[in-house]
Parts: sequence; structure tokens; C-alpha cells
Amino acid sequence: MFKITTEVITGAEVREAVEGPDAGAVVLFFGTVRNNTDGRAVKCLEYEAYPPMAEKKMSEIAQEISEKWGLDRVAMVHRVGKLEIGEVSVAVAVASPHRKDGFEACKYAMDRLKQIVPIWKREIWADGEAEWVKPDAVFFDAPKGHKTGLQTD
Amino acid sequence: MNVTVKYFAVCHEMLDRSEEEMDLPEGATVKTILKRLEEEWPEIAEFYEVMQMSVNWEYATENTELAEGDEVALIPPVTGGCDV
Repeated sequence: MFKITTEVITGAEVREAVEGPDAGAVVLFFGTVRNNTDGRAVKCLEYEAYPPMAEKKMSEIAQEISEKWGLDRVAMVHRVGKLEIGEVSVAVAVASPHRKDGFEACKYAMDRLKQIVPIWKREIWADGEAEWVKPDAVFFDAPKGHKTGLQTD
Repeated sequence: MNVTVKYFAVCHEMLDRSEEEMDLPEGATVKTILKRLEEEWPEIAEFYEVMQMSVNWEYATENTELAEGDEVALIPPVTGGCDV
């Protein structure tokens, strides 16, 4: 299961997608919306994705995990839209016979997701400003003076 | 030939649209699209260094050749997941 969704992520969807009788472990990871970035108060986050490509890249990450660890049951779901503090933005589940491989593969899945899956995050600060996030945590936005196409409320 | 070009995140904002159809000459590459966008919005060139392109849901280079019906996208630096 590799999915971009606008629905609330509970974790049950990814867990059920990977469980099976030969699993000795299911490693489940949730990414959640934090109330600050480097001490600056965050009101909420907005995620945008390129869904067909994102889901294709997620399936490629699962293929890489299959080749590296021989684990074939990996599931990933990422939510898009406006997310409040504490909500789950991403969930990854990996089933494995033993926990060590499961933990490693789950970490790998998240690392790769942040590298190659086309999903973007915009921080809506508590003071009302909004910025697209760059991977190195430096922010950039459209040049000043141009009308923006996205509402930040 | 006609291709669809999609814009996400900061590109969507800069260009004030999320996608468009482009009529390109035969033999056009990804670079043909980048040049055309630069004519409309010179500042976008500043972002090319950090941006990636995709063709039909696969990362591509400037030299990737395009064909009728291709779906091209400008991919700003991706930032999915969470910061842990």
C-alpha cells in the first residue's frame, strides 16, 4: 500500500497492509506535526503532493527494501492538505521476521521518502506568515510582490 | 506536439497556475520548457539550480526528449515526512 490521502491517518491502514503469519515484528512509524520549528511557534502545516509520482516513488522505495533486506511487506501513506499540531502526516509500516531488520528498513524508508518522494510542506507560523520548507530547513518563497496562488488563512 | 506541464508548491505560487498545456516543436527537450518559463518569469531561473524535473512520473534531466502527450513537472526540493 502506497498512498497519498486527504484522510486522517490512524496507522491501522498501514499495519493491516503488512501483517502476516510469518512476521515476528511490525515496525510502525508516525511523523506528526510539531508545534515549533527551531523554537518558532507553528500554527499548522500544509502538505502538497504530486500523487501519482509520489505513490510510484514509494513503491520504488519498497523495491529497494526488498533488495536490501529481503522484506516484501512495506506500506506507506502520506497525508496532504492542512494538518493541525499533533496530527499524523506520514505513516510507514514494515513487517519482518525479526525486529532488527524491521527497524532498519523502516528508518531507510523514511530517509528515502524525504529524498525522492514529491511532497512539499508549508509552515504556517503562529504569527500568520507562511513559508515553503527547504530540505536544509532554510526557507524560501515566491519572489515578493507576486500574488500567491495558495490560501494560508 | 502537446505536453502537460505541472507546477507544485513554490512553482505553483510563482507562476500562479498548477498546470498548463504547452505546444512544443518536434525534438523539444525539458530545457525547451525551462527556457519558455524563463521568458515569462526570469526569477524562476534562480530556482532551477535546486529544482528537479520529471517526465511521466520519473526524474528527468534537461536533455530528456519529450513526446506527444508527456506529463512534465517542475519538482521543487521535496520536504515530505517530518523533521526527525
